[in-house]
Amino acid sequence: MTRVFIPLDSFAVACGADEIADDLTRIAAERKLEIEIVRTGSRGMAWLEPLVEVETPNGRIGYGPVEPGEVEALVKAGLLDGAEHEKHIGRPDEHPFIKAQTRLVFRRCGITDPLSLGDYRAHDGLKGLERAIALGPAGIIAEVTESGLRGRGGAGFPTGIKWKTVADAPGAKKYIVANADEGDSGTFADRMIMEGDPFALIEGMAIAGVATGADKGFVYLRSEYPQAIRIMQAAIEAARKEGVLGATVLGSAHAFDMEVRVGAGAYVCGEETSLLESLEGKRGQVRAKPPLPAHQGLFGKPTVINNVISLVSVPFILAEGGAAYKEFGVGRSRGTIPLQIAGNVKHSGLYETAFGLTLGEIVDQIGGGTRSGRPVRAVQVGGPLGAYFPRALFDTPFDYEAFAAKGGLIGHAGIVVFDDTVDMLKQAHFAFEFCAVESCGKCTPCRVGAVRGRETLEKVMAGERVEASLTLVEDLCNTMKFGSLCALGGFTPYPVMSALEHFREDFEPAPMREAAE
Amino acid sequence: MGYAHAFDPEDAAAIIDELKHLEGPLLPILHAFQARYGHVSEAAIQLIAGGLNLSRAEVYGVVSFYHDFHEAPHGRHVLKVCRAESCQAAGGDAIAASIEDALGIKFGETSSDGQVTLEAVYCLGLCAASPSAMLDGRLVARLTEAKVSALVEEVRL
Ligand SMILES: Cc1cc2nc3c(=O)[nH]c(=O)nc-3n(C[C@H](O)[C@H](O)[C@H](O)COP(=O)(O)O)c2cc1C
Ligand code: SF4
Ligand code: FES
Ligand code: FES
Repeated sequence: MTRVFIPLDSFAVACGADEIADDLTRIAAERKLEIEIVRTGSRGMAWLEPLVEVETPNGRIGYGPVEPGEVEALVKAGLLDGAEHEKHIGRPDEHPFIKAQTRLVFRRCGITDPLSLGDYRAHDGLKGLERAIALGPAGIIAEVTESGLRGRGGAGFPTGIKWKTVADAPGAKKYIVANADEGDSGTFADRMIMEGDPFALIEGMAIAGVATGADKGFVYLRSEYPQAIRIMQAAIEAARKEGVLGATVLGSAHAFDMEVRVGAGAYVCGEETSLLESLEGKRGQVRAKPPLPAHQGLFGKPTVINNVISLVSVPFILAEGGAAYKEFGVGRSRGTIPLQIAGNVKHSGLYETAFGLTLGEIVDQIGGGTRSGRPVRAVQVGGPLGAYFPRALFDTPFDYEAFAAKGGLIGHAGIVVFDDTVDMLKQAHFAFEFCAVESCGKCTPCRVGAVRGRETLEKVMAGERVEASLTLVEDLCNTMKFGSLCALGGFTPYPVMSALEHFREDFEPAPMREAAE
Repeated sequence: MGYAHAFDPEDAAAIIDELKHLEGPLLPILHAFQARYGHVSEAAIQLIAGGLNLSRAEVYGVVSFYHDFHEAPHGRHVLKVCRAESCQAAGGDAIAASIEDALGIKFGETSSDGQVTLEAVYCLGLCAASPSAMLDGRLVARLTEAKVSALVEEVRL
């Protein structure tokens, strides 16, 4: 019996992995080949997806990117024996892209069957939860605080402090909410872990439940992720059957259960208070803070709301200790971060590493430069509200404070690479446009400012009163930055102003731009 | 997905009954209606408001807030094309334009034969395989002109 691994991750499925699995099943039946197909998550080498692996005496051997329709030829060429082929990449775990990573959070992703709790246990799963139950709330919070873990949803707030606030809040009913809205363009880490290792999120949320006394969790998962929704739901059912979730978590005195709730296509619902409104069944409008969700969150009850990656970092911290996690990283950015390298880039995908690599190392070395082969001109870091960085800032280390010091943010660690054909005026215009489309409408600077900003940049595009228009854009950005209730309005100035500051030539009147070319 | 069922108050009431025990049942109910009937009609809003003890204005406010809920029926197929930054960086604008051309409609429109609605979406989490799209819940990445032609063929059927 030869085992063949085919990812069920959306990257692979969107490039034909299901057809490939069907073809292989059919071919095996026709030729009476003894094979077992295991569907896994993705290793994160997205440019090689669908990456098909076969188990051989020399370990797992990968082939990619496999096109639907070439399975027959690959089998003929000896895929089932790990034979040489143009698509043969050798052992994925020896691939330089994988080998240089520090995979704490994604250590099982791409290797195990995401829906097999047996696989999960065999690969260190549930050790964190077991130790958490033994430690109790105060001990858990001490480990998480010691680890230095900061929220991976963008704001970088210390997770230990958030949990302690909820643990200390009075009340019998508390909630854990996983923010799986992952609306930032250029990001897919939450999706990949939910598709490739969903029990890790369940374990992280159960640990949060034990730590704070919450017995109910919600995963607020965006509707744009149909595959993640299916897998997460199936995993929750499996965990319930095996007693990981339910009235007695792993046989302990703690109760914890959870369910998936599907978002409805609103970017702003990734903002934590808007998300809570949405979960309650309301319009996703941002709430004024205070009160903090930790005091009055879902249905007015104390609520931990954390990004998916924050939560899936916790099982490692509990299993190995906060000190082990803290060993990685630089400055106040401790542990690892799953970089998501996207856009026009050769080696696109997910790369988990300790904080501290420079942007240049990430884009030029790990990413291998552009896919188009043209020079890299701009890199947007941190989603649609993140700044555009020019090559001149490529020495910036990947660290919350270092990025802030350069007028940027790391957000959810999405890195989108653009080559020299990019028009930065168009990108600035898109930033306003996006804010206008996605504004929740609660405050004027955002609702009105985004539309005015877009219109004003349209004047610049038409070459009308360029200097005066750009001054107006700067004023609008200032108003939005300081007058908006949440970061949608408040951070839209980052992409706009960074484009203006670093790529001013793209905003000059058209004749001058042509002359400059 | 694809062919929607006609709205039927009895069938709809059963959906409400099945889901109303949930904590915060409104979004799950609206999703179920949208999936089954292809839209959330005035009659549906009235029924939901009654079932959950909300005002019609409250339910309407929620329906109109979210991009996923439509007050009018959409096409038999819904093609969502990512227009966000990573897809822009990877040639997505040209792909989007060629889809508009091939279908003869703009984003936000439904073809006159009711076959397809074309929608913009901002990120499908496929950014390391940009440009990307989703046809009736099925993901397609690394879009090329050839893949666009195949998608267009499919929605015309
Ligand atoms: C407009 C907007 C969108 C956001 N989208 C997300 C998101 O998709 N996922 C996320 O985890 N956090 C998002 N956030 C941040 C959340 O408000 C919040 O800080 C986070 O969920 C807290 O979890 P953490 O401490 O684990 O990062 C968003 C914030 C804003 C202002
Ligand atoms: S800044 Fe924009 S999205 Fe945020 S609360 Fe104000 S209007 Fe809503
Ligand atoms: S509700 Fe979207 S701007 Fe008014
Ligand atoms: S930006 Fe298009 S899939 Fe993420």
